[in-house]
Amino acid sequence: MNRRARHTKSRVMLGLTYVAAAIATLPLLLILLHLVREGAAYIRPAFFTQMPRPIGEPGGGMANAIVGTLILISIASVIGLPVGIGAGLYLAERRGSLLATTVRFLSDVLNGLPSIVMGIFAWEFLVRPIGHFSALAGGIALGAMMIPLVTRTTEEMVRLVPVSLREAALALGYTRWRMSLTIILRTALPGIVTGALVAIARIAGETAPLLFTALGNQFWSTSLREPIAALPLQIFAYAISPYDTAHGQAWAGALVLILVVLIISVLARFATRSRFQAGSD
Amino acid sequence: MTDATAQLPGAIPPGADRAAAPLRSSLYGDRIYQAVITAFAVFIPLLLILIAISIGIAAWPALSRSGLSFVTGSKWDVAAGEFGAAPAIYGTLVSSAIALILATPLALGVSIFLSEIAPKWLRQPVAFLVDLLAAIPSVVYGLWGVFVLIPLLRDPIGPFLSNTLGLGKTSLFSGPNYGYSMLAAGIILAIMILPFISAVTREILMAVPRSQREAALALGATRWEMIRDAVLPYARSGIIGAIILGLGRALGETMAVTMLIGNRAEISGSLFAPGYTMASLIANEFSEATNDLHLSALMAVGAVLFAVTLLVNAIARWLVWRVTRASR
Amino acid sequence: MSTLADSQAISGSAAGAEPRRAPAPFLSTRRLNAYFGKLRAVRNLTADFPDCEVTAVIGPSGCGKSTLLRCLNRMHETVPTASVEGDVMLDGTSIYKGGLTAIAVRRQIGMVFQRPTPFPTMSIRDNVVAGLRILGRSGPSRAEADVVAEDSLRKAGLWDEVKDRLRESAVALSGGQQQRLCIARALATQPRVLLLDEPTASLDPMSTQTIEELVYELRKSICVVIVTHNMQQAARVSDRTAFMLDGELVEIAPTNTLFTNPRDSRTEAYVTGRFG
Repeated sequence: MNRRARHTKSRVMLGLTYVAAAIATLPLLLILLHLVREGAAYIRPAFFTQMPRPIGEPGGGMANAIVGTLILISIASVIGLPVGIGAGLYLAERRGSLLATTVRFLSDVLNGLPSIVMGIFAWEFLVRPIGHFSALAGGIALGAMMIPLVTRTTEEMVRLVPVSLREAALALGYTRWRMSLTIILRTALPGIVTGALVAIARIAGETAPLLFTALGNQFWSTSLREPIAALPLQIFAYAISPYDTAHGQAWAGALVLILVVLIISVLARFATRSRFQAGSD
Repeated sequence: MTDATAQLPGAIPPGADRAAAPLRSSLYGDRIYQAVITAFAVFIPLLLILIAISIGIAAWPALSRSGLSFVTGSKWDVAAGEFGAAPAIYGTLVSSAIALILATPLALGVSIFLSEIAPKWLRQPVAFLVDLLAAIPSVVYGLWGVFVLIPLLRDPIGPFLSNTLGLGKTSLFSGPNYGYSMLAAGIILAIMILPFISAVTREILMAVPRSQREAALALGATRWEMIRDAVLPYARSGIIGAIILGLGRALGETMAVTMLIGNRAEISGSLFAPGYTMASLIANEFSEATNDLHLSALMAVGAVLFAVTLLVNAIARWLVWRVTRASR
Repeated sequence: MSTLADSQAISGSAAGAEPRRAPAPFLSTRRLNAYFGKLRAVRNLTADFPDCEVTAVIGPSGCGKSTLLRCLNRMHETVPTASVEGDVMLDGTSIYKGGLTAIAVRRQIGMVFQRPTPFPTMSIRDNVVAGLRILGRSGPSRAEADVVAEDSLRKAGLWDEVKDRLRESAVALSGGQQQRLCIARALATQPRVLLLDEPTASLDPMSTQTIEELVYELRKSICVVIVTHNMQQAARVSDRTAFMLDGELVEIAPTNTLFTNPRDSRTEAYVTGRFG
């Protein structure tokens, strides 16, 4: 092939990648646009303060679902954060050991576990023996899903703390545990916090693990031992119903959910990026 | 040291028994700290084992009763106690395959764009937008799929495929098209796994050493030829790993697929036909499981899903690890 | 190789000095060997570091001077596969075999590193007293700690520059100021020895000068050992200088003597710039 043909071909192929990039960014914009168009009308103060009306009746809100999601996230964090941060510290400090390599690998495996499998496990382990659905079971299922995400970001952030800081602390007479907790962890904390936020954003949108644990609840409930409403569950229920008003509510709920998730994700990106640019010397 | 500041608070007089207190508390503290973080770390494998055992035990009754026909039989008849999960397994594989076929070229294209071609100012925003796709919850994808994608598939996309392109004559696109179909599920899955394949592929491409690229360019290759002949081959196993990782995600997706696939436990050759996946089977029937055997069968489906995704993810991670390790 | 007896004879006659107390054997090593796995970085090193004097350790890159320093406060053993043979004595007590933990040793022997390492999440004042807070409940109260902070910052020559911004983040300081902060931090725990590992290597000439003056002042009150690859610096700040090569102590003598009239030919080659 002569030179000109090769160059043309190159330009064409490179142009195709531009096309690919354009196509790839399209769905996001389409989805966001649609969400705003369909859901914005239903976002009124009542949405956040009122309970859902029986499906099919106009009006009402998702107050119980919003609160329910917050409660579930809190339960999940109680499990996911300590385990994740602790495991992350272990992996960062004992980097090459056999146990560390195994745990790291299995953490990735846990991460790839389908959320519905986590849901039926939580049902088998936490719902069936007790005899009824509960917010606690749902929160624990979500917490288990948080663990691999928090572990990975914690390990990465702790590894970024320069060795010189460790040495300075040791030379001052710090014990190892004090150094790890008060110097290393404190220094890595901003990154760990953003990692935690990203993990929370991710599980806030999960539906499958909640289907057979928290179950959802038409009424107001904040009890841990009862089924509880959650935003994704509510969206799902409304979406598959045959009523238009319910669909509108679903869009509104989805808009709220996605705004929260996206805002957290965006903040997290900016926070970690600026850390590396400004703080590195 | 003879000045008065020698007795400042916190100062320990020379010769005093400085050893005693630190000795005890430091050993104690260090040991507790080590034990605690090791315990947290070990929690993870233990949890995984617990999940496997839990589901395995619950699945056993149904599995032992059906034997191999659980995965080969195509009759899922709850009333008769006959549980053949083949349609669900078939549906999972087919919808994931569609997703891979659609997503891979796009993801590759985007990744090459981002790591080799995009001007600096375009890189961050585009990467950001593509990665943001991963943050959208599954149920939102499902919602959008039901009210936007399905109608689009019914008209104009469906008729376009079958009439205008004439594909309706092939068995792949035969039969009536109500929108809720394997194709719909495949498309939404493609959108969902695109950011994952792309993110990992980008990492892989960046791990290719500059020297490879420079060598090709120095020999007179065009930009595209450099990518095709120097970068891609080097990254090949890693890219395959990224693709398999995307497969792993597609296999386990539940909500969006359940809302779009039609939920019919039948094996059909047409993409327009509704189908079932393992995940949506569980999601649909679990809350109404009528008897213990039914429940056990659903658990068994979960067990199969667990095992398959485990294997796929393990292979994917290993492939990716090989490439990124070699270049460190 | 200098013997203990030689050192004592030499150190008794510091050239051109005003009458000072006779330095006693304060910090000394006895046939010290330091290993990284099988690699021996410090060989059979016996040396003496008197109290209230600055001893410089010089030598080409890789000669083991930093490793030697890190053996003096038991930092060497924080590296995996590191090990130590022989002994180090502090005022008559063995720091390796005398029943002291590494933690206890490091509280008595402070160290400042090549690059300034202020704790980024702490204010200037908190950085200075960081070494005190670890004493927990038996440590100083807030007010007492403030006194220590001011005193240490004065000793480090930093007080006037930061007294109005003690609550600000330590990373806002310049490189030279950060290094003086690290010195203040090390001094706050009232150590009996201060080890400095090429403390001005990453600093500009102005900051270097300030710190050198500081080190020269410190010798009035504390034993100082400074590792430096800069011979002029060694000549400026130290009373005695030790020359190391390939892990061995070649010669140790009063600074003036070592530079103008070294006994070993290798020392002479190094100080006249023929290698290293």
